[in-house]
Amino acid sequence: MFDTAFSSNDLMFLLKGAWLTIQLTVVAVAIGTVLGVVFGWARESLPGWVNVPIGAVLDVLRSVPLLIQLVLVNSGKSILGLSWSPFVVGAVVLGLYTAAYCTEIVRGGILAVPATTRRAARSLGMTYWQDLTSIVAPIALRVSLPGWIGLTLGVMKDTALVMWIGIAELLRSSQIVITRIQEPLLVLAIAGLIYFVISFPVSRLGAFLERRWADDSLKADQ
Amino acid sequence: MNYTFHWNQALRRLPEMLDGALVTLQVASLAMLIGIVIAVFLAYGRLSDNRTARAVATGWVEIARNTPALFQIYFFYFGLGSFGLRLDPFSALLAGIAFNNAGYLAETFRGGLQAIPPSQTRAARSLGLSALQTSVHVVLPQMFRIVFYPMTNQMVWSILMSSLGVIVGMTSDLTGVTQELNARTFRTFEFFALAAVLYYAMAKLTILAARLIGWRLFRT
Repeated sequence: MFDTAFSSNDLMFLLKGAWLTIQLTVVAVAIGTVLGVVFGWARESLPGWVNVPIGAVLDVLRSVPLLIQLVLVNSGKSILGLSWSPFVVGAVVLGLYTAAYCTEIVRGGILAVPATTRRAARSLGMTYWQDLTSIVAPIALRVSLPGWIGLTLGVMKDTALVMWIGIAELLRSSQIVITRIQEPLLVLAIAGLIYFVISFPVSRLGAFLERRWADDSLKADQ
Repeated sequence: MNYTFHWNQALRRLPEMLDGALVTLQVASLAMLIGIVIAVFLAYGRLSDNRTARAVATGWVEIARNTPALFQIYFFYFGLGSFGLRLDPFSALLAGIAFNNAGYLAETFRGGLQAIPPSQTRAARSLGLSALQTSVHVVLPQMFRIVFYPMTNQMVWSILMSSLGVIVGMTSDLTGVTQELNARTFRTFEFFALAAVLYYAMAKLTILAARLIGWRLFRT
């Protein structure tokens, strides 16, 4: 009745692809978050002549398709004679792409801290650095976390594009299996399920934190 | 660095690439229109009391939002073959982006619908408007006003997403044309840099156009 050529080896092959997807996501989000925090702070705190060019570059990263960016960096590295592996190229491009979005999220978080709160911290004798780490960071973190979770999920899905520069991540692996066993619907359904299994818990966690922290801020108001 | 850039070669092909950009805009706009229509139904489905409607709408939204857009395009291109349905790259791309747009817009629309006080619906119904009339004349116009800005973003996304068509063999849109030229000349960097400029211009023009339309429609 239900007959398939899909073997446990194929499943292992897909899971190996999924592992690469997860690795790439973690590296890209790590790069993107560090840069995003630095740029987000810079966009809010540094004078216009630093912050406008940074903003312009990040805007370009957000307005050009990721696929084009991947091809550009991939050919750019050959032009410059760098011997980066496709994984490094993918991680760099995705990392910068993540940074472009993370910057706006961090910036929104910093902007959400009332100026009066910061001035109060400074009047209490805190240094600029103390104000930033003990007052601004905790408040900004709460505001930005839901957006950051959404971004992480987005990056996880965008890693699918690195197949174009020759990395066999989850989607590319499933295409290889499809070519072999000629059962596209089944294989794609399994790949889709794996994507779903990766992202659904994270998105639930995001929703949970958002709800919980929203309640918390209500309590603080009362 | 022993590489000589040949920008002239790329610039000479600009007309072909502009034709490609036009196709990109067509695909993206069409996918957006289809997406908006489906999303309205999905948003109502998500808020409906009917269990089946809610399940279908929720399923669509979750799949669209939790899997890569490229996966969705793959599904329409390779997956439908199992039902004996063969889509050409253009249709598969269009279907994939429309599916994705519908899923994301449905959530936006749901937020917009919930932002409209239910007392308005009750008032409209007690004035004798049918449920359909209430939606079309009272609720939806206000919803579209609320969600106009997120819709603009989705349109930009739609344009950027359409670049994925090249992976399923699309040759007529901007990325497809660029890839063809690249395969013929091996001037990868030059052609794709030019494509990047064109995509950037399209994204910015879309935002500008949306501002003008929004101002004309809603005076905001």
